[in-house]
Amino acid sequence: MRLYRALLHFYPVSFRAEYGDEMEAVFRARRRDATNPPAVFLLWIEAFFEIVFNAVAVHWDILRQDLRYTARTLARSPGFAVTAILVVALGIGANTAAFSVTDFVLIRNLPFPEPDRLVKIWQTESGYDQMEFSPLNYRDVKRMSKSFEAMGAYTPDAVNLVGQGDPQRIDSVAVTSEVIPVLGTQPLLGRVFTSLDEREGAPGTVLLSYQLWQAQFGGDPGVLGRKVILDDRPYVVIGVMPSHFNFPSAGVGLWVPKQFKAQEFQDRDDNYLDVVGRLKPAVSLKQAEAEMDVTMQQLKREYPGENKNTGGTVISLRDELSDKSRLMLWALLGASACVLLIACANLANLLLTRSLGRQKELAVRAALGAGRERLVRQSMTESMVLAALGGALGIFVAIGAVPLLAKLVPNELPIASTPAVDFRVLIFAGLLTVVTGVVFGVLPAFRASGKGDMNALREGARSGGGRKERLRAALVIAEVTVSVVLLISSGLLIRALWKLQGTDPGFHAGGVLTVQTALPMPKYQRTARRVEFYDRVLTEVRALPGVSSASYSTSLPMVWGGGIWPVDINGQVVERTASHTVSMRYITPDYFATLQIPLLLGRGVSESDAADGQFVAVVSQSFVRRYWPDQNPLGHHFQMAFHDRMVVGVVGDVRVRGLEGEPSEPQAYFSYRQVVDGNLVYYAPQDLAVRSSATPGSLVPAIRRIIQSADREQPISNVRTMEQIVELKTASRTVQVRVLGAFAGIAFLLAAIGIHGLLSFAVSQRNREIGVRMALGAASGDILRMVLGQGAWVAMAGVAPGLVLAYVAARLMQALLAGVQPGDLATFFSAAGLCLVMTLVGSFLPALRAVRIDPMTAIRTE
Amino acid sequence: MDKPESLLPLPPATFHILIALADEDRHGYAIIQDVAARTNGELKLSAGTLYRSIPRMLDQGLILETSTRPAPELDDERRRYYRITPFGVAVARAEARRHAQLLKMARVRGLAPEKA
Repeated sequence: MRLYRALLHFYPVSFRAEYGDEMEAVFRARRRDATNPPAVFLLWIEAFFEIVFNAVAVHWDILRQDLRYTARTLARSPGFAVTAILVVALGIGANTAAFSVTDFVLIRNLPFPEPDRLVKIWQTESGYDQMEFSPLNYRDVKRMSKSFEAMGAYTPDAVNLVGQGDPQRIDSVAVTSEVIPVLGTQPLLGRVFTSLDEREGAPGTVLLSYQLWQAQFGGDPGVLGRKVILDDRPYVVIGVMPSHFNFPSAGVGLWVPKQFKAQEFQDRDDNYLDVVGRLKPAVSLKQAEAEMDVTMQQLKREYPGENKNTGGTVISLRDELSDKSRLMLWALLGASACVLLIACANLANLLLTRSLGRQKELAVRAALGAGRERLVRQSMTESMVLAALGGALGIFVAIGAVPLLAKLVPNELPIASTPAVDFRVLIFAGLLTVVTGVVFGVLPAFRASGKGDMNALREGARSGGGRKERLRAALVIAEVTVSVVLLISSGLLIRALWKLQGTDPGFHAGGVLTVQTALPMPKYQRTARRVEFYDRVLTEVRALPGVSSASYSTSLPMVWGGGIWPVDINGQVVERTASHTVSMRYITPDYFATLQIPLLLGRGVSESDAADGQFVAVVSQSFVRRYWPDQNPLGHHFQMAFHDRMVVGVVGDVRVRGLEGEPSEPQAYFSYRQVVDGNLVYYAPQDLAVRSSATPGSLVPAIRRIIQSADREQPISNVRTMEQIVELKTASRTVQVRVLGAFAGIAFLLAAIGIHGLLSFAVSQRNREIGVRMALGAASGDILRMVLGQGAWVAMAGVAPGLVLAYVAARLMQALLAGVQPGDLATFFSAAGLCLVMTLVGSFLPALRAVRIDPMTAIRTE
Repeated sequence: MDKPESLLPLPPATFHILIALADEDRHGYAIIQDVAARTNGELKLSAGTLYRSIPRMLDQGLILETSTRPAPELDDERRRYYRITPFGVAVARAEARRHAQLLKMARVRGLAPEKA
């Protein structure tokens, strides 16, 4: 019979208590009736299966009952239900979205086979931690290294695609034949490059991205062998890469083989190759790094001039991410975890408050014979229902939020630009909520069903007080603390954003429209041909209504941080360290007027600065400060980019690399007519800037017509205003501030709800006490002070640790603060002030209710 | 209380329990034995099925637990006795009527033997 009793444990406790003995008696009787061993055996088999089957059915019956009961009770208090569900949804949704993005960028493996062995290899120079390789150094390093299974080089570019509808500008990458095999991705169609494709003069071959294949070739499987024209050269499509192949970053449309020309192996200081490698299976990153050191030492000995300050570094491809992006994502994750914590605290508080209100009901049910197990189970069902509904809504919150957060995905990694919602995280956050719900929903039921709680049944008994009251206060205090941390963190980031937005870029962005027309080579190899194009376009654009000036330049500020060259002053030895480099651009004469960069001394470049005359340069103030402090720089000479150049003017400094961090390298500007034929054509002007009083958008069709008439096959791309370019520099910050601000707002709101709930309940529980006090002559002011005082106490208890924690958090994310002090007093005071206001607002209604208590009614009802 | 018809059709086990309780109060095992006897042993109600049905029938007001017990020498204190309620009788009658009507329809189409 012991076995039978054990089997009965499949049933719920309450059921077993009710019917267990009788079922046992029935079974015993049947056991007595079974005479022979086969019958006994059959009886046991039958008993086993029917107990299991029926136990499941009984559990299901109870669940249905509890669900019905839950639906009824929640419908009776819709305010509670809606608040609890929203709190859970916000917590789960925000957390899932934030973690989905963070996991996608920081944690998850890159989409390549054995990604741990993939590395990026950089040259270093003093002042530059990661510099591209020159072809010469690359060739030597590749030959000398033993740590790598294979190594390949690539260089990002963009090409004009003609012949597929309108001419288009497509982001492309020139890769050596090793690059794609190093990564290990197989093409979806066709083949990848071989060494035959990269020989100088080999017929052009191209690999399409899945996205370009779909958009421009309609996903045609017969695309292999098709001819396309890229920058006026014919190429044959040899393959299509799968949709998850985003190398080196999302948005690349096609890959072409890198065909080195003999002249590329002449200058060891011409750095433009990105290098990616795959470590041999047994080689660690540290070993590869050590070997790279040795290799670079040797190259330094062999080429003491060019490689004087050169070193090498090997980093995991996974870590190809700026510290700032990483920190930003961790901050985001931390903030979302805070929101989840607050949501859980709030849910716990809601459930506790509710249980206090229902103490009487629970006691009645316990007195009527509902066992502890039934009460606990009922509460559990209710918590689960709330968590499930909140979680379901949270999924929608997450799905809605991920695309917004996707703007925080940095474009430095070979991953897609938008992550998918991570359902593992959703499950984790859901479980956390369920646990919170279960613990705080079930505890009160446990207590109610325990001994001695019959007090609740006594007429006029007050619920609450004691331990539970303290627990609730502690939860609210924690909410206040966390919301202070979030408020201050987002406050500091807002200050940092304002500070950056207030930084003078050195030019005036308002009213400037920019358009890119990248001229294909070799079609525009000759400078005279380009000059003809620029002159025609600029003349016609200047004639458009509202246009005050227009110019071409190699690249606009903040679009491109390249063009960094060492400078040699009157035969001094060239040393390529950060303190000797300058960024350069070729410009047309109106450039300074168009961007309103102030001309401080001398003149700008002019049409008379032609290829056959003296090469001239306009330099920035910091250039002068560096080389000719306290001298008149006009007429001085320096050597840069293969030529001697004479200073003819000085302009203000420009933030070429963006608003953050240190000011950029000093700048030098050269005349667009002095780009030597076939040399440095990479620097040929391609960005058109137009200053006008017209709305920028209205100019675009006219500009497009002008360019089309100058060259029918010339695409235009990157149409945007200069203001948009500047904004883009702070875009991920803006998104982060908004997200963190939203999190802080949610936390703040939840904390206010918490304070309000705590005080409302306290007031309703102290109805009689307040009534008695008033009857004994307490003035409204005293009562008001009492309630507000309680609110203020909770707020203070939360704000004080909040300030400390916020300071710690601010120190951790100091790198994001753009120079704003982590202990910024204004921010700390504002946050504390806001909390004070929140406390007052949250306490106001309960206080008002307390003051309005009619002493007679309060005493009589008790 | 609900109308008797609202509970129809009854699960077979429920109907059998009501029939077993129609003439006298019985305890669980007695119900099982009665069902087996009436069906010539074809239907052996299991304890599990019985005790899953009983709480629901108590809930629905079809039966009640009675405190009237037989003489001590015939009793076992672990036993619980159940009695059919007037509502239970009404529901059993309604279910019987439903079965009778079904049978009549089946007869018209020649699916069941004529009355003996």
